[in-house]
Amino acid sequence: MDIINELKRESVKKLLEKNERLDGRALDEYRRIEVHTKVFENSEGSAHVRIGKTQVLGAVKFGIAAPFADKPDEGVLSVGAELAPLGSFMFEPGPPSPSSIELARVTDRGIRSAEIIDTKSFFLEAGKALALYLDIYVIDNDGNLFDAASLAGMAALLNTKMPKVEEGKIIPGEYTGQLPVAKKAVSCTFAKIGEKFLLDPSLDEMRGMDTRLTVSTLPDCVCAMQKGEWGALKEKEIVELIELSFKKGEELRSLI
Amino acid sequence: MGKPKLLNDDGKRLDGRALDELRPLKIAARVLNDANGSAYVHWGKNRVLAGVYGPRECIPKHNSSPYAAQIKCRYNMAPFCSLEEHGRSGPSRRSVELSKVIRETFENVIIAGAYPKTQIDIYIEILQSDGGTRCAAITAAAVALADAGIPLKDMVSAVAVGKVEGKISLDLSKEEDNFGQSDMPIAFASRNGDVLLLQMDGQLTKEEIAQGLQMARNACVKISALQAEALRTAYDGAKNGEKQLDLSI
Repeated sequence: MDIINELKRESVKKLLEKNERLDGRALDEYRRIEVHTKVFENSEGSAHVRIGKTQVLGAVKFGIAAPFADKPDEGVLSVGAELAPLGSFMFEPGPPSPSSIELARVTDRGIRSAEIIDTKSFFLEAGKALALYLDIYVIDNDGNLFDAASLAGMAALLNTKMPKVEEGKIIPGEYTGQLPVAKKAVSCTFAKIGEKFLLDPSLDEMRGMDTRLTVSTLPDCVCAMQKGEWGALKEKEIVELIELSFKKGEELRSLI
Repeated sequence: MGKPKLLNDDGKRLDGRALDELRPLKIAARVLNDANGSAYVHWGKNRVLAGVYGPRECIPKHNSSPYAAQIKCRYNMAPFCSLEEHGRSGPSRRSVELSKVIRETFENVIIAGAYPKTQIDIYIEILQSDGGTRCAAITAAAVALADAGIPLKDMVSAVAVGKVEGKISLDLSKEEDNFGQSDMPIAFASRNGDVLLLQMDGQLTKEEIAQGLQMARNACVKISALQAEALRTAYDGAKNGEKQLDLSI
């Protein structure tokens, strides 16, 4: 047993009885968020997002790939997430961990089901289309990677340039304009500890949580959800968290 | 794509540098919160992040040594780092080799005997590549190790020299590396001048190698001054607050 983590878990719970948090935030308050875009020259779009001490990079690269058999007239959208081992004492080099796969898939669903990228416009010719690779790179983990990843991914997409294509090949370093992005999809993640909910849980708070809920929203609808951990949610709680996700989502949308 | 002309008529290189001139180099220490030590290097268009963990418990335990810390190193290219196609994640043969020679470089300077039964992890991420990533990686990792408070016999700095249009040149750019006649990355221990990493491909005469080593040594004096400056700045400005990576430097 890790004594320090056990003590932190206890102090998170004790403070929560008074509706307080370790860093003095309100229960529905984000840590300080910073978004920097166009941080890389080699990728077509990029962003660096900080939520408190959590730091995540998002980067877009285009390639040429065969469309999926069930969608022969559409390009490919692929979202990957990597927990770089320098990002946390818990991240290990090697094949992707279940957590990094979950992070990639939840981020992917938030963007894919929002239908904000027109992958039909990526079509080039039979059997050939542009493929958009969005990479999420976690370089500093202090909790709530889901919201940092969706924000970094969205911010990178919003400043992505379309590559120039000639004779079925991408011309590196040449671009034809901006990637059209219809709307902004963002996620809000809550940790449930006992009967209370915390928005934007830090790593210490996540250690003490029973349940986690991530709600991705567009301005007018929910576009993905993911519950995590062993605890349970009540229907009424889910409705309330969705309500709050729309409200907080607007704050996030204003940052990108 | 044909081979471009790498030297202008005035003897300057494509990016306007003299033969013995470094590309712009910026170094920042303490940019990550969880890592015990960290550094960011922006060198030409290379953007490299290094993080160090340890000394910490050696896993698996049967690999631990009762005499010294095990040094582990992972050099990794992010899938989005290149101007060309999207890369695959996971180690390539190239990155495994580079991880090995970088580890061996640092095994010379880390006073590993002070921490038996432990391991020290050096993690390097190439966020953007522009020729000379291994030298940028070593330069970043050395600062990250110092930031982590790991006792070092010496600072380590690295730079590549090569041959461009028949002339020995310092700090090859990506084009010069791709289309030049030779590439020779070198790492020096800053104070005693020991060569800790040496690789070379292409063709050079022994005089050219001697000239290249001299050129690299002179440049590493400048690089190690920037490394020391980065550490000084980080410690002068040390607060208990958040450490932040600033990619705009």
